[in-house]
Amino acid sequence: MVTSEQIWDALGAIPDPEIPVISLVELGVIRQVEVDGSRVRVEFTPTFLGCPALEAMRDAMDARIRELGAEPEIRVVVDDSWSTDRITAAGREKLREAGFAPPAPRGPGAPTIVQLQSGSFKCPYCGSTDTRLENIFGPTPCRSLRYCASCRQPFEQFKTI
Amino acid sequence: MSERAQLLLEIADDELILGWRNSEWTGIAPFLEEDVAFSSIAQNEIGHARALYTLAADELGTTPDELAFDRRPEEYRCAPLVELRRVEWGATIARHWLYETADELRIAALKASKDADVSGLAAKIDREEVYHRLHAEMWLDRLVGSEQLRACIDELWPYALGLLPAGQREEYEERVRARLPFGVPAGEPIERGEHPELAELWEEMTMVRRGVPGATW
Repeated sequence: MVTSEQIWDALGAIPDPEIPVISLVELGVIRQVEVDGSRVRVEFTPTFLGCPALEAMRDAMDARIRELGAEPEIRVVVDDSWSTDRITAAGREKLREAGFAPPAPRGPGAPTIVQLQSGSFKCPYCGSTDTRLENIFGPTPCRSLRYCASCRQPFEQFKTI
Repeated sequence: MSERAQLLLEIADDELILGWRNSEWTGIAPFLEEDVAFSSIAQNEIGHARALYTLAADELGTTPDELAFDRRPEEYRCAPLVELRRVEWGATIARHWLYETADELRIAALKASKDADVSGLAAKIDREEVYHRLHAEMWLDRLVGSEQLRACIDELWPYALGLLPAGQREEYEERVRARLPFGVPAGEPIERGEHPELAELWEEMTMVRRGVPGATW
């Protein structure tokens, strides 16, 4: 009989399809795991709605749960429960090590252009906050582009949503 | 069809068709940063369309792909504004800003819906749309002094009014007027129902699906 800890461990070993340094559990997209005999129900929330990795994530979860001999039921929950604040501390550190600046914590309101243009974003390479916004948009919907004036390195900054 | 399904389809069609139009800038925008921005915005809008079609499809007993690609052009409910093909930067920015300003009002109303599926999805969409609005506002600031932008807003304003139901238009016009240093022309809104420039887009968008019925990938 499979346990819910085993399922969490298995899901924690699935890398994000686009940024494989971080796992689905660290990304905070697994909302709930319910084990009922040999059936395993997983509730999962997409990050960005247009993210093409959605199907890949669902298929990977499905396969891992089957490997444990259980019958998966993956439910995609499209509500307001995911925010970049759900990315775990360990996940943030892994992103930073890989050269992606982790998302800033969400403030009381929506992000503003003044905030994005402010110097409060740290370069993931040298740690300087002498960085500037190059483009609100980046290579995937979840990232912006910034430039570090200190080490002269462009870098990808996770958007706060 | 219920009012709920009709509304979901209107918004989903707007997002799908505008997403398509925005994607036409990929590779040919005035500079690389905007290739990236409009491609990313397009991807978001099409993602929103998919989520909205999914809600409508659950109610109508169909699938999001069937709603997006298997209807005849005359069955789409998108506003004429999103169909227009204007390969000109000023018109693109004018439409982008007019659309995002209207969309903000529309999403706020959906977030207040008593239907938890609708309000939850609207709140999720809004988290992403914040960045579209920032981008649109930034471009409006850059171009607002130009005669060209003003002419584009003049031309597109009656189309923009057609995005929202009559009850939201007054607030929309107030917001637009408060933000622009010039007025907007009076005139009749161009309502949903006509499809001035959808035919060619539809041909292209549905070509593969019509060519190979039932294909999956």
